[in-house]
Amino acid sequence: MRGDVAVIGVGMTKFDEHWNKQLRDLFVEAALEALDDARVDLKDVKAMFIGNMGSGMWVEQEHLGPLLADYLGIPGVPSLKVESACASSGMAFRLGFMSVAAGLHDIVLVGGVEKMSDVTTGESTHHLATAADREWEAFYGVTFPGLFALIARRHMKQYGTTREQLAKVAVKNHKHGSYNPKAQYQRAISIDDVLNSPLVADPLRLLDSSPISDGAAAVIIARSDIARRFTDTPVYVLGSGTATDTIALHDRDDITILRSVVLAAKEAYSMAKVEPEDVNLAEVHDCFTIAEILAYEDLGFVKKGEGGRLIDEGMTELGGKIPVNPSGGLKAKGHPVGATGIAQVVEVTLQLRNEAGKRQVSNAEIGLTHNIGGSGASCVVHILGRSRR
Amino acid sequence: MSNMSVPKAPRIWQLAERRYRLVGSKCLKCGRLFVGLRKVCPQCKSTEFEYVELSRRGKIYSYTVIRAPPMEREKYGPYIMAIVELDDGCRLTAEIVDCSSEEIDIGTEVEATFRKIGEESESGIIYYACKFRPVVKGV
Ligand SMILES: [Zn+2]
Repeated sequence: MRGDVAVIGVGMTKFDEHWNKQLRDLFVEAALEALDDARVDLKDVKAMFIGNMGSGMWVEQEHLGPLLADYLGIPGVPSLKVESACASSGMAFRLGFMSVAAGLHDIVLVGGVEKMSDVTTGESTHHLATAADREWEAFYGVTFPGLFALIARRHMKQYGTTREQLAKVAVKNHKHGSYNPKAQYQRAISIDDVLNSPLVADPLRLLDSSPISDGAAAVIIARSDIARRFTDTPVYVLGSGTATDTIALHDRDDITILRSVVLAAKEAYSMAKVEPEDVNLAEVHDCFTIAEILAYEDLGFVKKGEGGRLIDEGMTELGGKIPVNPSGGLKAKGHPVGATGIAQVVEVTLQLRNEAGKRQVSNAEIGLTHNIGGSGASCVVHILGRSRR
Repeated sequence: MSNMSVPKAPRIWQLAERRYRLVGSKCLKCGRLFVGLRKVCPQCKSTEFEYVELSRRGKIYSYTVIRAPPMEREKYGPYIMAIVELDDGCRLTAEIVDCSSEEIDIGTEVEATFRKIGEESESGIIYYACKFRPVVKGV
């Protein structure tokens, strides 16, 4: 499995509020860019996997598999929607990887798309909360910012993580986002900006939170032994891991640990035969600032409770020992939930191809993507490498 | 707002007794308690359960103030949500009422109180369940 599948092309729309575009428009735009980048003909696409969380709720359109194959001009090709809340397209990538590694298809398009801005914020908040336990969490009024706020307060209590450390995550990711022409927010912010922004769910504030976004991302993956027919710079899938945890946050013994992340990372590191210290950059799921602190810990970059120290020391900034979210992350790049996992693969691929421009991580050999669904009830981790190893 | 028109009555009715009386599932093998009805224990995999009334008192394990509510609760304004650890060890998610967020902290003792949660529509059914309020000392 390790190294048997390669990413040969990537594409994505700008993440933004695309008032004048529909879900299908966004997907086709990203898919055509990926096909062009891979120099793959439409007729060579043998299957599609599309990550999407809630098109049925946001735009009253389900059955995305055939819809998007049709609008991409290839009706007839097997095409499947994959749902795992905000981890939907990371999971789609996992399924695409499995289908190529299993020998079922040699060239596959994996995409992710979400169109969220057509409804009110209150409606989006409701739709996002369907990824929690509807009957025992969301029914009572807890929201996604609320669930991560519950985690943040425990993390601050148990490990002394500070409000300023959380703010530093947003400041870093906005700085990175200012170098990314496809980011929703391309402007730097200060710690004071974060600390003075309105409270959303105490202690989390507006600038601790990823925005509501529209967007799509797509990648073309292929069997590694044919990848060089299309590109001089294939990026290899070295490891893939996924796991689940209890759907309700309250059913976990310690809510400061996302066990799905620990398990998914273990599987991915093991398949890739790499250790956390071998990773040169990571795109992690910073839906809220606390989530990036959790990611540092649960991915093994530092011990549990020391995530705050890592951001204080500047280790995860561009130029640091392990840059995290050079794209700007969900915070600044934007978070069209179903597109996020593939957008992470797009960024790591560009970095490993040395094509990330002003946000390029120098000498990047190995990159990691970390995509979580809900309050961590699902997680998918991928490890990509410049060489097949 | 099309989703608001989805009738919730059947789902409300299915869970009414469990929510009203705070009925949970107790694993007879490892003793773990859960809100709602379980048939397999995620901790020890046992399928032997009894359904018990959960403790109606506990302590706040973590809490937040929801200031950006979902559409169905927008008219209620900011409200406190918490994970409560009941005296019997079961944890659940609940709203904390009859106090301000300055009056509570992790560890604050709370007790269950039967309240309205929301309604299906202006003319539809009203749904109820337990919220929690701080225990008043010396009463
Ligand atoms: Zn048990």
